[in-house]
Amino acid sequence: MIELSGVSKRFGNTQAVKDVSFTVESGETMVLLGTSGCGKTTTLKMINRLIEPDAGKISIHGQSASDEKPEMLRRKIGYVMQNIGLFPHYTISENIAIVPKLLKWTVEKTRERTHELLEKLRLSPDCLALFPHELSGGQQQRVGLARALVADPAILLMDEPFGALDNVTRSEIHVEFKALEELKRKTIVMVTHDVQEAFDLADRICLMNKGEVVQIGTAKDLLYRPVNDFARQFLDGARLALEFKCARIKDLWELLPQPATIRNDAAFSKDSGGIKDRFQSADLSVWLAITYFNFTENDYVSFILDNGPGWIKTFNFQELSQAFYRYQQQNIHE
Amino acid sequence: MNDRQQTLWNFMWEQKDKLVSQTVQHLGLTFTALVLAIAIGLPLGMFIARKRKWASGVLGFAGVLQTIPSIALLGFMIPLLGIGARPAIVALLVYALLPIIRNTYTGITGVNRDVVEAANALGMNKKQVLFHVELPLAMPVILAGIRTAAVINIGVATLASFIAAGGLGEFIFGGISLNNSNMILAGAIPAAFLAISLDFLLSRLQKLDMIKLKKISFVGLVLILAVLGYKLWPLMMADDDHGHDVSSIGAKLTAGFTPEFMGRQDGDLGLKAVYGLKIPTRVISDALMYKAAYEKEIDVISGYSTDGRLKAFDLVVLKDDKGIFPPYDAVPIVRQTALKKFPQLEAVLNQLAGKINDATMIDLNYRTDYLKQSPERVAKDFLMSVGLYKNPRNGNGEVLRIGSKIFGEQYILAQIYRMLIEGNTNYQVATKSGLGGTKICFDALVNDQIDFYPEYTGTGLLVLLAPAQSLLKEMGQDKEKVYDYVNKAFQQKYQVKWLKPIGFNNSYALMMREKQSKAIRVTTITELKKYIDTN
Repeated sequence: MIELSGVSKRFGNTQAVKDVSFTVESGETMVLLGTSGCGKTTTLKMINRLIEPDAGKISIHGQSASDEKPEMLRRKIGYVMQNIGLFPHYTISENIAIVPKLLKWTVEKTRERTHELLEKLRLSPDCLALFPHELSGGQQQRVGLARALVADPAILLMDEPFGALDNVTRSEIHVEFKALEELKRKTIVMVTHDVQEAFDLADRICLMNKGEVVQIGTAKDLLYRPVNDFARQFLDGARLALEFKCARIKDLWELLPQPATIRNDAAFSKDSGGIKDRFQSADLSVWLAITYFNFTENDYVSFILDNGPGWIKTFNFQELSQAFYRYQQQNIHE
Repeated sequence: MNDRQQTLWNFMWEQKDKLVSQTVQHLGLTFTALVLAIAIGLPLGMFIARKRKWASGVLGFAGVLQTIPSIALLGFMIPLLGIGARPAIVALLVYALLPIIRNTYTGITGVNRDVVEAANALGMNKKQVLFHVELPLAMPVILAGIRTAAVINIGVATLASFIAAGGLGEFIFGGISLNNSNMILAGAIPAAFLAISLDFLLSRLQKLDMIKLKKISFVGLVLILAVLGYKLWPLMMADDDHGHDVSSIGAKLTAGFTPEFMGRQDGDLGLKAVYGLKIPTRVISDALMYKAAYEKEIDVISGYSTDGRLKAFDLVVLKDDKGIFPPYDAVPIVRQTALKKFPQLEAVLNQLAGKINDATMIDLNYRTDYLKQSPERVAKDFLMSVGLYKNPRNGNGEVLRIGSKIFGEQYILAQIYRMLIEGNTNYQVATKSGLGGTKICFDALVNDQIDFYPEYTGTGLLVLLAPAQSLLKEMGQDKEKVYDYVNKAFQQKYQVKWLKPIGFNNSYALMMREKQSKAIRVTTITELKKYIDTN
């Protein structure tokens, strides 16, 4: 758990961060979102004391961060940065072993943990003897992540971690990132300027402007209950896409056509392969669900709800958009 | 060409012991200074990389040190460190400092900031960041600085011979003074070879995969340099300590002779042969010799009899009672083609004939060397006092080129001649002052780069003509005979004419501090020998 209360930082005449307070619960992913210069990176770096705050208190697991030597504090907090910052004169295995070495792990323990992580991050052990410049950008990013995770820190700070990747790779990585077992238990604070990334990855978002917190809340809160014009306008550019991302099929379940409309076609036969292959999960966001439609009137897709009544619904794109439209109306008037 | 190579190799072979010891001294000076410069420059560079506000001050100061002319720097050091290897090493250190500090600073500040931030964020402390990240990544740049410093040092170390620290400069500057190309090359070729090979070795080190070598290579380099410096130190200081011991006891005297004097028949060789003088001797530059005598670093020096510093530093000339120093009457020497081209020239130059005696010349030299008056002013004052000064005519005739060697007296003479020519003719004058030693000046004359310069009969005889011993003995100290001989020989051999002598005789002379001379009652070279032999 990370707690910031009344944290401020000034650089010369610029008030970079002004009276910022928020709490990140254990296991939660908090995204600091804002334009460049809004103070989000400064806020992040104050958590592991790369930057010392002028005022305010930061505590980690209930203990004040300033009580400990900065380097000791940092060894317990993973850090991933936009430009990765791998040591060019260290091999990949040496890069990953930096923190274990500082923590005086045995060679054997380090080796085991390194291989375990490589497997989870889908990196080939062949790369261990290589130098960073011999890897692709995506591979370097994974090594950067492995380096941050190797000592299994409870907290992970990420500064624009996917900033160096192109858009296509980035959305793939988001899915993969979400699915990483290693990250599920971690308390994560991530900085990004990309609204879609924030929506893809955050449990909660902290929107910042000019060094101050504008709004803290879930993606849905920001989308449908912005606190002011700034918050509204910040999302306007990508509003439709965000709404698609925010809503899951199961959220619209009641608004979709009743199971009565299930077509008794060959596809529904239990003999034609496993159910899971034929039905999509209702946990999918509308954004991802759309990719299964061909946008013709006769193209129906079936979704399955894990539990509850009406556990399978089959509908076409038009029916989905109608349901989505009604869902939007409900949210706005809530 | 083949002939010449033969003699160069012969010379090097004959002098091989000296060559080896000079090379060892040269390397010793270079490496010791380099190790010290690394020991000072590297931490200083790291310091200013951390405390940036100090950077411009430190780099600026090191930059200023770099611009001090080497001979001036050596001069400053005599009162502080005396002569020998110590001041030479300090001077070399001063020159090596800037490239090392600057490259350390640039190297460290040039390390990718993301990598440094990552190192901090992973929990490395300041020391770990410096030694595991910043220094290894800055190493190629730092090594480049060390490489620059090493090559500078090999070059500057030739000047160590100016203050009796030895090195290959002894051959180079001795050769220039003695008009001995083989001697010059015997010093210059090894020096160039040392510079090139050191540069090559360090460039290989720099190109090695620093990423893989990391700090090991650097530690290795420093160790190698330290060992070399340590090994070479005793060899280098051997000379030095000897000198210090004898002068501190006070029983014995030490001589400081110029490289030119060391190699001349009418110099050290003659002193040994004719007087049988055996005195511990150190080789030192003409520019620093008088000061070193004044500072009691050395006792007997090979000065010039009209030098202004005689007066400035309270030195006295020891009488050459057996007559080994031939006359050195100052005479303008002119290419004959120039005499045809400038018909009025000879008459104008001869206006000065017989006008300056030894005492007058010492005084004129004293004014420039010690009172720091400009040669122009001294020349003008002198011409006024003897009634020869005329305002320049500002004519627009042909351009006449006056040469001079690189010491005060010649500058004054060049200015006097310029004023005489500008006042009495319509020729325009260009002065090419400071043409190094005899060889450079004379080569310039023969190759039509200058039209005339003041030369000395003794130099013409012994350095440029170098006749047989028998002929020299016959002429002895006879002024007229020497003058006639060189004039005739130069006209035949070089088509160069000696005009009328100016009047003073600037010969070699042994000199010592006036006080010491009185204290030990030594006024002639024979007395000096007796004193040395009995003590």
